[in-house]
Amino acid sequence: MSAGVTAHARVRARPDGRGGTALPVLQGDGPLALRRVRGTPDEAGVLLVGAMSGPLGGDRLTVTATAGPGARLRIGSAAATLALPGQRGGPAEYGVSLAVGPGARLVWAPEQLISASGSDLRVTTRAEVEGDGRLVLREEQILGRTGEPAGTLTSRLTVRHDGRTLLDQELACGPGAPGGWDGPAVLGGRRALGQLVVVDTAFADKPFEPALFGSAETGSAALTPLAGPAVLVTALAPDARLLRRLLDEAGAALGAGA
Amino acid sequence: MHLDHDTPFQPHHTHSADPHRPDGTRRALRIGLGGPVGSGKTATVAALCRALRDSYALAVVTNDIYTREDAEFLLREAVLPPERITAVETGACPHTAIRDDISANLEAVEDLEESVGPLDLVLVESGGDNLTATFSKGLADAQIFVIDVAGGDDIPRKGGPGVTTADLLVVNKTDLAVHVGSDLARMAADAKEQRGELPVILQSLRSGEGVGPVAAWVREQLTAWRATA
Amino acid sequence: MSRAALLVLADGRFPAGGHAHSGGAEEAVGAGRIRDAADLGAFCRGRLHTAGLVAAALAAAAADGTDPLALDEAADARTPSPALRTAARRLGRQLMRAARAAWPDPALDALAAARPRGAHQPVVLGLAARAAGLTPLDAAHAAAYESVSGPATATVRLLSLDPFDATAVLARLAPELDQVAARAAEAARRCAAEGPGALPAASAPLLETGAEAHAARPVRLFAS
Repeated sequence: MSAGVTAHARVRARPDGRGGTALPVLQGDGPLALRRVRGTPDEAGVLLVGAMSGPLGGDRLTVTATAGPGARLRIGSAAATLALPGQRGGPAEYGVSLAVGPGARLVWAPEQLISASGSDLRVTTRAEVEGDGRLVLREEQILGRTGEPAGTLTSRLTVRHDGRTLLDQELACGPGAPGGWDGPAVLGGRRALGQLVVVDTAFADKPFEPALFGSAETGSAALTPLAGPAVLVTALAPDARLLRRLLDEAGAALGAGA
Repeated sequence: MHLDHDTPFQPHHTHSADPHRPDGTRRALRIGLGGPVGSGKTATVAALCRALRDSYALAVVTNDIYTREDAEFLLREAVLPPERITAVETGACPHTAIRDDISANLEAVEDLEESVGPLDLVLVESGGDNLTATFSKGLADAQIFVIDVAGGDDIPRKGGPGVTTADLLVVNKTDLAVHVGSDLARMAADAKEQRGELPVILQSLRSGEGVGPVAAWVREQLTAWRATA
Repeated sequence: MSRAALLVLADGRFPAGGHAHSGGAEEAVGAGRIRDAADLGAFCRGRLHTAGLVAAALAAAAADGTDPLALDEAADARTPSPALRTAARRLGRQLMRAARAAWPDPALDALAAARPRGAHQPVVLGLAARAAGLTPLDAAHAAAYESVSGPATATVRLLSLDPFDATAVLARLAPELDQVAARAAEAARRCAAEGPGALPAASAPLLETGAEAHAARPVRLFAS
């Protein structure tokens, strides 16, 4: 293991007893700085900020966010995250761990993750929802800055509800990824990929029908009910702007604007 | 009629032609209808449904080349309630789905029996194919092969498994014979030559008895099926 | 038992319903993503390393004796598209019928009773392999091969592609099929100790979104 930066940022939210949400833990670390921003009256808003040009090769960054029972927490980021090749080489690791308690609501919607040419990043996102907690999770991956080839990016997204895994999916792309990643079964040359996951026990009573958005030119998205109280939107687009538009459209259909 | 024997391991497990449902009751009689494209299979199925639906609990499985075309014709014609009509996708090979790999059709038949209750009869219509397509004995208890006079009056003479071995050969659209210059007597004689004692019915759905004789044949099959229960 | 049982199980003529499924190839052809043998090769390679790897690992784990119901749940979590979940369960049910006729086994009966509407096909495939006396690696090979042979056959029909070209695509993938099967069998071993979370979850976004687009098409030749 090369000696990159290791940093762990933590957020914990709980009801403040006055109809709002308090943040008893809001702890940035190294390049992972956190700032409380204005949310809605019942909700705490947090932004990931910081002069973060990483993650660079060798870095190990972790974000842990917990919305305790009844809390309302929304986390975004001030800017896109750019994965760059590090001088020390080796992959960088970026882990996100989210927990949503009963009656809580957590929105995790950072700006895009851009996999710059030559970078090597492993992203792991785990979300655990309890009871009637509600999670809205948006992730966007952009393969390469404008006009450059993709870096190496592997990501795994696991979403659990009351201990049962509702969604487990990995994506590997860029140099060194298994063959066919850019081909007609996987990405088909698209450079912007996004997921929007909503976990909500209300879906058990009122399930969503599958739906399609977009077009061959503007990118396309599929809204798919999972085997459990959750919905996944998978979107593929030519660029970040079109990708966001697709996810916003699908999110609006879900009543889950991120 | 060939029936599979139960294995000693699974007294009521049916993987194909077992005449019982898993709960031990006698399952529906399954009659396959095959024949070339345009010979009038779907029209015959529709007419059979109208003729038999008041006397028997019946359902239809279609095997379309393009999914659901025939099923949707039957739905439009409202010959049966929609829940009694199921379409099976065939991956561009309808004869595979009725002969070589009948699993999807068996699922469809069993699902119908499960969802709409006990049935007397399931008609399984093949997608329009050629003269070689026949139903597996694991799927159909009896099969009807439908040809028509407009397809050429030499079809019975040419034979082929459908013409030769089907339990019933229907020569359809006899009302068109005069217009297309087909010799009905010759067709009947050739069919007799190919089929020996197996029955042949000349049919016009637009005139005369319509589907009546074929419906009567189906009733006979049902009576025999119940008699062996 | 006999190693040749693997040939029976993996035979394209094994009557388990595969002939009516294109593995996403029909949608890819319809959308213009597969136009020739080279595209088919890229499609199959991508499918092999995603859906194929996941299927192979599920099959290997089932053949290894991991609880099939836990694997069925893991398969659900790895299949976000409801159209694909439905197809996988239909195929699983059809395979179950053929497998119970070919290799009667109480484990198959138990899974059929627990999942009367069908378990995910790779789980049934793994149990069938076990019933046939085959190894987890054998099961992984069968699942991995199926993940590419189905699209190849379907594309021959859909594009009237030269069948020799399609077969050559499959032959050229053979070394990667071996790698995927080996990776799957290794994951199945870890699954036994760590649970289904240790199984790969490689996803193919276009297969998932394409399956929903395909299911919405009014006219199609293949069921998936």
